[in-house]
Amino acid sequence: MEELQKKARELLQSGAVQLVLGYGKGSAKKARPLFLRKPEQADRLILDDSCLQNLAVYLLKPEVKAMGKPAIVAKLPTMRAILQLAAENQLTEKDLLVLGVSHDGKLLDLPDFKAIEDYLATAPLELTAEQKAELEKIEKMSMEERWRFWQEQFAKCVKCYACRAACPLCYCAKCIAECNQPQWLPVPSHQRGNLEWHIVRAMHLAGRCINCGDCTRACPAGIPLHLLNRKLAAELLRNFNSRAGMSAKGEYALGIFKPEDKENFIK
Amino acid sequence: MSIDKKLLKKESLDQLFSKLKSSGRRILAPVKRGEQLFFEEVNTPGEMAGDYIQTTFSAKGAVFPRCEELFSYRFEGRELKLEDRKAEPKATVIFGLRPCDAASFAVLNSVFSWDYQDELFKSRLEKTAVIGLSCKKADEYCFCTSVGGGPGETRGSDILLTELSSGDFLAEIVTDKGRELAALAPELFGPAPAEDKAKNLAVLPRQFEAGELAAKLSKLFDRNELWVEQSLRCLGCGACAFVCPTCVCFDIQDEAGRQQGTRLRCWDSCGFSLFTLHTSGHNPRSVQSQRWRQRLMHKFSYMPERQQLIGCVGCGRCSRLCPADMNLVEHLKEIMEAK
Repeated sequence: MEELQKKARELLQSGAVQLVLGYGKGSAKKARPLFLRKPEQADRLILDDSCLQNLAVYLLKPEVKAMGKPAIVAKLPTMRAILQLAAENQLTEKDLLVLGVSHDGKLLDLPDFKAIEDYLATAPLELTAEQKAELEKIEKMSMEERWRFWQEQFAKCVKCYACRAACPLCYCAKCIAECNQPQWLPVPSHQRGNLEWHIVRAMHLAGRCINCGDCTRACPAGIPLHLLNRKLAAELLRNFNSRAGMSAKGEYALGIFKPEDKENFIK
Repeated sequence: MSIDKKLLKKESLDQLFSKLKSSGRRILAPVKRGEQLFFEEVNTPGEMAGDYIQTTFSAKGAVFPRCEELFSYRFEGRELKLEDRKAEPKATVIFGLRPCDAASFAVLNSVFSWDYQDELFKSRLEKTAVIGLSCKKADEYCFCTSVGGGPGETRGSDILLTELSSGDFLAEIVTDKGRELAALAPELFGPAPAEDKAKNLAVLPRQFEAGELAAKLSKLFDRNELWVEQSLRCLGCGACAFVCPTCVCFDIQDEAGRQQGTRLRCWDSCGFSLFTLHTSGHNPRSVQSQRWRQRLMHKFSYMPERQQLIGCVGCGRCSRLCPADMNLVEHLKEIMEAK
């Protein structure tokens, strides 16, 4: 933590960045995002297990962009979000400095995207036993049971769109949920409206979700949305050996075609 | 009329519920689903969540559902038939509502009966009775005492229950609706207990003076840097508005087909960029800081000025559930100190 504070202080002092985006102490025992602009604020930075939010979500926000170049405290999911955003041409290497934090809490020296890619290539990204069990529980359900499970979950949705707002990869300036000519999705949070919204969101994130879990953490109704994304990510890994957020030039599995594709229907 | 004070034994709750049910009323009470608490229909007190400070969502949906049909239309040949949705509210008792939430119905009503009298809302409110439950505990997000309420405030409840040290309840019968409910089972309501109510209530010091806040806010509209700074971490979702017991804004949606369709009213949030987007493409609240300002101004400045009440009951849900830890009281206190 002291090392991070020192680094942040130096970066702000030297003018290398105008903003340090990190975590500070929040309400109750929560951490909250901090936007530091003065070196003397650096001692407010914290780094512990309460620092869960994926801060990459702020990188594209107009008020944040207006502050100048940021350094961003990035645990694994944030690093992956940054690479995925770069792969989708939403930011470039020179737009930011990444203060990477390894899975065991150590500050990493990551001068460029290549260094992030190299670190992630060796980082533990497999699902934990607990995460696997959570997914298997859903997979083992019969189709009817699974349908009922998701119907019950989606019934709690009030369409506050916290899942979308908290997601670093949900950056569309105009979300499909907001298009009304034509109206692709029903707006009301009734059964069909909720079902269509969550399926569309899961599909739009297939191959792009970097498994931070912020959708679920943000949901006031406690819907385990990450399970949808995680299932799709597992399928993409199995079928295409593709994992989102591993490269700044990553190809989007659902958006590319290779002549040697093993499927016939596409040829 | 004065408040009648009675004793309601904890063992009597089962009978009270069955009397309420057999009178044709549905009972909504906090039910635990996973980590969350929702107001849902129950038959017995046993189905209710036990120890809770506050439910995840308020009971707002009982009078103002998250989406509801206003009217439907259909073409019969070349003729258009319009059909208003009839107000057919179910007689409802909301049980276990906290005093802050009980106070929220007056805020909702001030909007729905401001000039246009909203029949769907008003008929539901008319058919709804509240058996509130005082707060023995509060958490760091609670601030009802700063907005005119209190952990044992009776206003808004038809009957307010306060749990005593024995587990029995002091029942304060506040309104005619409350008397009507108590009359369904008069044998359950005994002579008033001697125990002091106040010692069974959470202690919650006031954190700001709402009148001073309203006066202060009216001078801060143009303080852009304040609003930008406060809302930097705001993600622009609608979680705060949708868990809020007093947020009343709605969106009109048509689910329209060529031959038939319906018009619906759905919860909306001033935190959404779409909320004020004009057809021209211009958005008078184009960034989150302007939308955050609106949320505070509306509750703590505009509503006191126009409706003579504070648009907030201090339940703390917005802060408790914010995915970016926007803490309302912290922000309000900062505003009080702004130069």
